[in-house]
Amino acid sequence: MTTQIHPIQHTKKISKNISIQDPLWVRWLLITISIGFISLFICVPLGLVIFQAFSKGITAYFSALSQPDTLSAIKLTLLVAIVTVPLNTLFGVTAAWTITRFDFPGKSLLTTLIDLPFSVSPVISGLIFVLLFGAQGWFGEWLMAHDIKIIFAAPGIILATVFITFPFVARQLIPLMQEMGHQEEEAALSLGAGGWKTFFSVTLPNIKWALLYGVLLCNARAMGEFGAVSVVSGHIRGLTNTLPLHVEVSYNDYDVIGAFASASILAGLAIVTLILKTVLEWKQTTR
Amino acid sequence: MSILLSDISKNFGTFAALHHINLEVPEGELVALLGPSGCGKTTLLRIIAGLEYTDKGKVIINGEDKTQQNVSQRGIGFVFQHYALFRHMTVFENVAFGLRVKPRHSRPSNEVINKKVHALLELVQLDWLHSRYPDQLSGGQRQRIALARALAVEPSVLLLDEPFGALDASVRKDLRLWLRNLHHDLNVTSIFVTHDQEEAMEVASQVVVLNQGQIEQQGSPSEIYDHPANAFVSRFIGQTNVFDLNEHDNDWLKTAGIINVNSTGRIAHVRPHDILIEKSDNLQDATAVLKDWQHLGALIRLELVKNDISNSKKPVFAEMPKEQFKELALRIGDVVKLKIRQAHWFD
Repeated sequence: MTTQIHPIQHTKKISKNISIQDPLWVRWLLITISIGFISLFICVPLGLVIFQAFSKGITAYFSALSQPDTLSAIKLTLLVAIVTVPLNTLFGVTAAWTITRFDFPGKSLLTTLIDLPFSVSPVISGLIFVLLFGAQGWFGEWLMAHDIKIIFAAPGIILATVFITFPFVARQLIPLMQEMGHQEEEAALSLGAGGWKTFFSVTLPNIKWALLYGVLLCNARAMGEFGAVSVVSGHIRGLTNTLPLHVEVSYNDYDVIGAFASASILAGLAIVTLILKTVLEWKQTTR
Repeated sequence: MSILLSDISKNFGTFAALHHINLEVPEGELVALLGPSGCGKTTLLRIIAGLEYTDKGKVIINGEDKTQQNVSQRGIGFVFQHYALFRHMTVFENVAFGLRVKPRHSRPSNEVINKKVHALLELVQLDWLHSRYPDQLSGGQRQRIALARALAVEPSVLLLDEPFGALDASVRKDLRLWLRNLHHDLNVTSIFVTHDQEEAMEVASQVVVLNQGQIEQQGSPSEIYDHPANAFVSRFIGQTNVFDLNEHDNDWLKTAGIINVNSTGRIAHVRPHDILIEKSDNLQDATAVLKDWQHLGALIRLELVKNDISNSKKPVFAEMPKEQFKELALRIGDVVKLKIRQAHWFD
C-alpha cells in the first residue's frame, strides 16, 4: 500500500511546483530546510530511542521488556485502549450524527464543548477527576464508604483517557457528514429501509474511512497520553503505570535500557499509526 | 392512488411555510406543484412523503390517514433534485436497494430481484450501465437511475422534487417528454415540484400554483393559462403586460379596443400574443413606438413604448409570427397601432 502512495503524492507535488515557478535555488533551499528540520527534530530522536534501547544488545532489550512491571504497564495500556476506543467511537458517531442531522437549541454549544479536551491542558483534565473522585473530592466519601477505587486505579486512568480522547472521532466525522448532507439517507428511508438499516448500509459505508482515521488517532492518543493519566494514576509500579508513565519512572530510576525499550514500543506504535494514517488519507481521497 | 391533503399548515420557527393547504389529487394524475422559490412547494412535497411532519392537518393517501406514519412505511417513491444515488453502490445495487431492505417474509428471491432490476433499467433505457457507479454517469443518466430506483418498490405515489432542476437545458427537454410518456405507460399518481412554468405546462395534466404557502389556483394547464384566477397566477404563468388604470390607461385601452367590462377590476393583464400590431399614421389610434425586437424562434417579440401624453416609459410586449413581421416590414422607431384582443381584469 505504502509504495502506491508515494508516486501519487510525488507527481501532485511536482506539478504544483511547476505551476508556481519558483527559481531553482529557492526550491532547493526550501527542500533542504524541510528535510533538515524533520531529520533533526524527528528522525534523529526516534533513531536515538531505538539505538539506546538496543545499546546493550538484543537480549538486554527483551529482558527489559519482560520485566513484570513493564509487562503490567503494557497490559494496562492495552486495557485502557480497549475500553476507551470503542466508547469514544460510539460517542463520536452519536455526536456527529446529532450535530449534523438534528436542529436543537444549544447545538453550537455542544459543538464547542466537543473541542474542550483539545483546549484544556491535560493536567487540568486529570485534576478534574481527582477533584471529583479523589479522597477529598465530591464523591470521595461515598466511594470510600462503598470501597470503590477510582483515583490511583485503572478506572480513573480510563476515565481521564476517555475525556482526553473523545473529540477525535467526532471531529473527523462532523465536517464530512455536513458536506454529504442527508439526501442519501432520506432516499434509503423512502425506499422502505429502517433507521438501523439506513445507518449500516448507507451512512456507514460513506463515512468508514474517516471513521477509521478518527479511531486510529483516538487509539494513538489513548495509548500515548501522559499528562492527565499522570495526575490520576499515582505511579504505582506494576499496578497503575501505563507505558508512557513507565518510561518516565524507569528513566528516573536510571534504568536506561528499560526506559528506552518501553519508549521504543511507543515509537513503534507511532510509526505504525503514521503508516496507517497515510493509507487512510489516501483511501479517503481516492474513494 | 389518490392523495388528499386537508388543512395542512407548517411553520419553521416564526416563518410560516404553508397555511391551510387543501388539495386533492385524483388517481393517475401527473400534477405539477408550481411556484417561485420559497413558496413552500418542496415542503409540501416532503410532507406528503413523510420526510417532514405537519404542524396541522392530514395527509390521506388512498383513503388511509398517513399523517403520523414514518416515511419508510408510506409506500411512496421519492426522486431528489440532486439524485441522491448511493455513491458506494453500483447502478444495479442502487435500483435493487428497495427490494433488498424489505422484511424477510416479503423480500423477493435474488432471481426475482435480478429480473426486476434489469427490467427497470431497460425501462429507463440504461441497462448497459448496470455495473457502473453513480459518479461515472451523466446528470441525466443519474436522474433516470434515481427514478428506476424509486419505481422498484412499486410505490403507490411517485413524488419528484425539481427532478430536472440540476440538468442542462437540452437534457431537461428530453427528460420532460420522457417522464410524460413514462407516466402515460405506468399511470402511477405522481406529483412533481418545479419553479419552471413551461415545464409544468408541458409535463403535467394538472397544475397547482403555490405562492407564499398558499394555493393560488389548481387546474389543467390550459385553464390556468386562459383563465388565471388572480394577478399572481397571470403574471407567473407566461408573459403578461400589466396596465394599471390608476395610471390613466383607460382611454388608451379603449382606443386599443378593450373596454373595462368588469367594473371592479383596476388592473388589466394582456398576453403578448393578444396584441395585434398594424402600421399607423392616424393620430386617433392607440399607438406605440417600436423600440426593439427579439427573435424567439417562430415568433418575434416586439418591445413597444407607448406614445401618449402620460409619457410612460414602461415597455409593452407583443408577439407575432415571423412571417407577419416580415410582411409589415417594421423598423425600429416606427409608429404602430395596437389592437388588444383580450384582457384579464384583476383588482
